[in-house]
Amino acid sequence: MTTLTRGPEAVKFPAPAPAVKKRGRWLTITLFLLPALVLFLLLVVAPILVAVYSSAFRWNGFGGLPTNFIGFDNFTRLFGTEIFAQDLWHLLVLVLFSVCVQLPFSLAIAMLLNQRIRGRALYRVVFFAPYVLSEVITGVLFSLILSPESGMANQLLSVFGIESEWLADPDTVMPSLFLVMTWKYFGFHMMIYLAGRQNIPNELIEAAQIDGASSWRTFRHITLPLLGPTIRISIFLSVIYTIQLFDLVWILTGGGPSHSSETMAVTMMEYGFKRSQVGYASAISVVMFVLSLVFALIYQRFVMRRDLEGATTNMGGRR
Amino acid sequence: MIHRKKAPARTNTLPLHAIAWVVGAFILIPVIYAFLGGFKANSELSGNPFGLPETWVTANYTDVLGSGSFWLQMWNSTFIAVVTTVLTVALAALAGFIFARYAFRGRELLFTVFTAGLMFPFAVAILPIFVLLRTFGLLDNPLGVILTQAAFGLPLTIIILRGFFRSIPGEIEEAAIIDGCTPFGFFWRILLPMARPAIATVSVLAIVGSWNNFMLPLVVFSEEASWTLPLGIQQFQGQYASDTARILAYLVLAMVPALGFYALAERHLVGGITAGATKG
Repeated sequence: MTTLTRGPEAVKFPAPAPAVKKRGRWLTITLFLLPALVLFLLLVVAPILVAVYSSAFRWNGFGGLPTNFIGFDNFTRLFGTEIFAQDLWHLLVLVLFSVCVQLPFSLAIAMLLNQRIRGRALYRVVFFAPYVLSEVITGVLFSLILSPESGMANQLLSVFGIESEWLADPDTVMPSLFLVMTWKYFGFHMMIYLAGRQNIPNELIEAAQIDGASSWRTFRHITLPLLGPTIRISIFLSVIYTIQLFDLVWILTGGGPSHSSETMAVTMMEYGFKRSQVGYASAISVVMFVLSLVFALIYQRFVMRRDLEGATTNMGGRR
Repeated sequence: MIHRKKAPARTNTLPLHAIAWVVGAFILIPVIYAFLGGFKANSELSGNPFGLPETWVTANYTDVLGSGSFWLQMWNSTFIAVVTTVLTVALAALAGFIFARYAFRGRELLFTVFTAGLMFPFAVAILPIFVLLRTFGLLDNPLGVILTQAAFGLPLTIIILRGFFRSIPGEIEEAAIIDGCTPFGFFWRILLPMARPAIATVSVLAIVGSWNNFMLPLVVFSEEASWTLPLGIQQFQGQYASDTARILAYLVLAMVPALGFYALAERHLVGGITAGATKG
């Protein structure tokens, strides 16, 4: 702070009277906070409230706010459709796959790259790279690779006698989608785990090793419990992301074949923008909202509570 | 990060390397396939998916590089990403400053409102946002995407910046005020320069988020002139559906800015994600 020299202002202005100072303080608070607040309320909070509001109307999305009130009809209609039941099933499948396969895989790779092996910095950079590519690039790339006629996957796998329609077959479309998700996202979770691992003091691990614990026991009883907060956050992010999964599915399959890979967000976009049933589509988005919110509240209340307690006491301690 | 206190324990690392190589191949093979495929004739792609091209066809790449629409999309994406980032970071920095340094009634409530924004899925708001932007005549206007992206980027940016602003000692602020700094002067001339690492981190996150955004531009932009790169790629795939080699060339060229930016900003990106994950 050596650049801050005593300017002439310091001499010119005596300390302001308390009343002026107080008004100036509120002026500063208002001026600094207002732009962010207005933008946030207008484009985040209000639209979500409007979505909740318009879910109770039959509305094609035109002409001001909706007027044709139908109560919960959109929801009863929605809960009766097979497509929506499928959407929920796909959500469950993807969440289970992510939590039981993708995240353990990411964790294993993170532990691997935490070893002293040659070139691990390069591995880290490469494994994380797909996360930077857009969902569209990823989706188009894999739609070409998994294409039944000319795609690379069938060319390579036909050596082993494996060939499939991949994205065009209702039986293989979900595993294929999951494979693409793993390609794109495991590096993200790996990075979170690596960062979490770095916060664990090496002394603890070394002490366990000195006591003669095998590397598996050390991992199971020292590293894994201490990584708990990181793993819980990574599961949280994974689930919230899956609830609103759209881009990848839209590009890879469009939800097909015959809705076999459709997600709630895809269904919502179909009805909202292709069929102009904005009220009905809003009901779908409200369900997504409620699912996210309920999951977040329950998860934070029962699973992440221990992690958050430390954070909030820390916050209250300052200023 | 890495403590090299003693010589590494010499265990047999061959299995570790084998696993790392398999995973690396899983990541790299699709990208290499695209890169080489862009140099192949379509007839060759199906017979020789992964070998080097028999003859290196450069037309696919040069055609894309010579097309105006590719560069227009590149420009649109860049413009939107840069303006979104400046706007997000500016507004979040001002708000974060207040949340970090001013105690006032209702502060925690307001801050909670912002942090709750982290849990609002973007897809929930997309229909009303579309209607809102249409009402204000912001469809097919970059501003429609920029303002919305900034609004949704605010929560995480404010949380990260507020955390950083708090960590700057109060003595510095007192010294600055005694020396005649106005609140804005302190913010502009002292706090922001000190917060440069945090600003870099949130900027990188905002740029990557904007660059990759698909859903919002998809509903806002109907005219080809305003398309961003993701929209252009999707459209290109539809237009040249049977010309796989050409699409691969387009994909590879579209990857270059993202991967180049990643190479430059890797540290900030990873730092931002781990900070965002633990603070979110």
